[in-house]
Amino acid sequence: MTSATPATIPAARTGIWGWMTTTDHKKIGLLYGVTAIVFFVVGGVEALFIRAQLALPNGEVLSADAYNQMFTMHATTMVFLVVMPLATAFINYFLPLQIGARDVAFPRLNAFSYWLFLFAGLFLTISFFVGGSPDAGWFGYAPLSTQLDEVVRMDYWALGLNTLGVASIVSSVNFITTTLTMRAPGMSLMRMPVFSWMSTIVSFLLLFSLPMVAVGLFQVYFDRNLGTLFFDAAGGGDPVLWQHLFWLFGHPEVYVLILPAMGIVSEVLPTFSRKPLFGRNFVIFSGIAIGFMGFGVWAHHMFTTGLGPVAEAAFALTTMFIAVPTGVKIFNWLGTIWGGRLQLNSSALFAIGFIFLFVIGGLSGVTHSISPADSQQHDSYYVVAHFHYVLFGGAIFGVFSGIYYWFPKVTGRLLGERLGKWNFWLMFIGMNLTFAPMHMLGLNGMPRRTYRYGEGLGFDMWNLVATVGSFVLAFGVLLFLMNAWRSYRRGEAAGDDPWDARTLEWSTTSPPPVYNFAHIPEVTAEDDFWHRKYGVDEQGRAARRDDYVPVDQSTPPPGLHLPSPSYYPILGSFGIFMMITGLVYVPWGLLATGAGAVVTLWGMFGWSMEDLVREHH
Amino acid sequence: MSEHTAVDTNAEHHADPDVVRKTAIWVFLGSEVLFFGSLISTFLLYRTRIGDGPGAEVFDIPFTSVSSFVLLMSSLTMVLAHHASTRKDWRQMRVWLLATAMLGMVFLAGQVYEFTEFVHEGLTVGTSPFGSSFFVLTGFHGAHVAVGVILLLGTAFMSFAGRFRPDEGMNVEMVGLYWHFVDIVWIAIFTIVYLLQV
Repeated sequence: MTSATPATIPAARTGIWGWMTTTDHKKIGLLYGVTAIVFFVVGGVEALFIRAQLALPNGEVLSADAYNQMFTMHATTMVFLVVMPLATAFINYFLPLQIGARDVAFPRLNAFSYWLFLFAGLFLTISFFVGGSPDAGWFGYAPLSTQLDEVVRMDYWALGLNTLGVASIVSSVNFITTTLTMRAPGMSLMRMPVFSWMSTIVSFLLLFSLPMVAVGLFQVYFDRNLGTLFFDAAGGGDPVLWQHLFWLFGHPEVYVLILPAMGIVSEVLPTFSRKPLFGRNFVIFSGIAIGFMGFGVWAHHMFTTGLGPVAEAAFALTTMFIAVPTGVKIFNWLGTIWGGRLQLNSSALFAIGFIFLFVIGGLSGVTHSISPADSQQHDSYYVVAHFHYVLFGGAIFGVFSGIYYWFPKVTGRLLGERLGKWNFWLMFIGMNLTFAPMHMLGLNGMPRRTYRYGEGLGFDMWNLVATVGSFVLAFGVLLFLMNAWRSYRRGEAAGDDPWDARTLEWSTTSPPPVYNFAHIPEVTAEDDFWHRKYGVDEQGRAARRDDYVPVDQSTPPPGLHLPSPSYYPILGSFGIFMMITGLVYVPWGLLATGAGAVVTLWGMFGWSMEDLVREHH
Repeated sequence: MSEHTAVDTNAEHHADPDVVRKTAIWVFLGSEVLFFGSLISTFLLYRTRIGDGPGAEVFDIPFTSVSSFVLLMSSLTMVLAHHASTRKDWRQMRVWLLATAMLGMVFLAGQVYEFTEFVHEGLTVGTSPFGSSFFVLTGFHGAHVAVGVILLLGTAFMSFAGRFRPDEGMNVEMVGLYWHFVDIVWIAIFTIVYLLQV
């Protein structure tokens, strides 16, 4: 292979088949993003049903059974099929770009993760049409989740979640390997952009937390189908074991949901304040600290389980303690804005909205660490208010900030600002109208997960306000979808670097070429791209370099080999889909499971015999 | 499974595919530690909860010691296979790969026999939490051994079929890392489940 060889860009990259066989991290990132937005609408409609039912006392919209399915699937969808894949979408698209790589470490494995995620999401959704959706809560507390008279609903849940877990573990291995081995020359770990850092920490959290809930989910499945006694108190089992296994995953999961948003905000605010992130290393080390401490607070979800005063005191303390590295970041962001020239566009608005709402959610969260007070708040709407402030006000606002920030890089067009501001304010007001009243409802004693409440208990007004708020919120999301569609069709052309930004993804074209960079950048500083554009003048202020010339990214470098498309990832993951579908309907379904195993083996075998790069000239 | 890295012959930058793949395997095994850790924790919680069924007295320590020895010896043959691959002695490598797969299958046969015996003596997954956690823990370990046997046979097959490229030594090393890990897990299981009967 001489250097005069023309670049090899694989053929067959267009059309549906092109998407199904793609191994390009950017296309896979887009697939994750679009799929997650579709599920966001599904989960949102479920939420609207819940709010419609609760709008007035003695609601008639849903039956008790339908209500149970709605709140279970709303949470399951939003956590596993919306926030996690939205984060994965950003990581897929921007981690390789930010660290100056051509792709992730294992492009086909990356495609496999996506297809497995999609099939598991469909699997969970299918359950709705064949006997009802899962209905024992997203936490699936045993023995409720192991009761046999619920037909197959919780089998769908246990198997679906486990499959999503496998997809996440696989992509975590992929991202960690990418970060550790694929960074551009000079891109030391401490020079990595903060979003890439948070992505890596999230990957480690998933890597170590998912196997624990996987064991629990297998035990639930075996209790339901094999007659094991893991969570059967009458047979000597212990349902509290499930709570431990679930929350050992479930609490790190909370940080899995929020850390990517924190990473996004840490990219957005410096760019629009035109200042480096204040205390950058501190933000990174706080993220690492959260990653470690996240594994030591799980039992604060179990203060009413009866763990005893010593355990409760210990977990109360660790819970208060983990608020420190989380709280510190608030000051890092405020310090970044302080004295900067803040440009208040939609992306920055969402980032500031994130800080505002996350502080409220964080403070109500710390109140849970006081275990006596928590016993009062437990299973009340106060908890619902808290986690929606951190997950909607936090994670979703962060993600929206990221969408407004990176949309021009992905599509080459700016998202409309006018609709963007409407989108922000409607979501911001709607979000507060919906969830702020729940603080009052909870403290006044309204329990979670009850499908109706009686008249005259003092719950009427705030519930109506919350329902009105939820529809305002939904309207805001609708405006976003319109904005995205319109801007994608005929938005203002963005150019390569519309925000005059700081990190490497902005140094390539919008959208980036399939090979990402014509020349792999040599990194010499944190925020390397900024330093290529700006020097320092006599007063110590940033001054545009006269000699800065953008690198031409349009000509592929000679001798470049990109991963070829492959249909084995989708084949292998479809086999797993067949396997889990069969496992729901033991014993006859085992035929489908066997057939699925053959398909998966076929996919894996073909995969291992196929060269990654096949277009040799 | 041989997953290759994004091959980049661009002279500016080239991540060593061996390092990339070895990193991934180590990271994956880190996840597996938590998987078996949770299963073992469950067993420790339930090991005295035998209900009306039999307890640890069903274990046949001499028999399981022999099958444990067989599995440990398979780590030795795995090392020999890897050693042969670093010398590019493909014939030797295939012999030792097949020997490792063989020993793995002997271990699995021993596990099948052992499970059958226990069921005859009245210990099933539904007898007691002890039975549930014992069978699920050792069953998942057995499944990992079975996957390892498939990987070993697949690697040997690819070598016979001439599908190995110069990087084939790395595949053997990857399978080897997985195989040794599964062996180490068995050492923990054998100690905690079988020997520790206080």
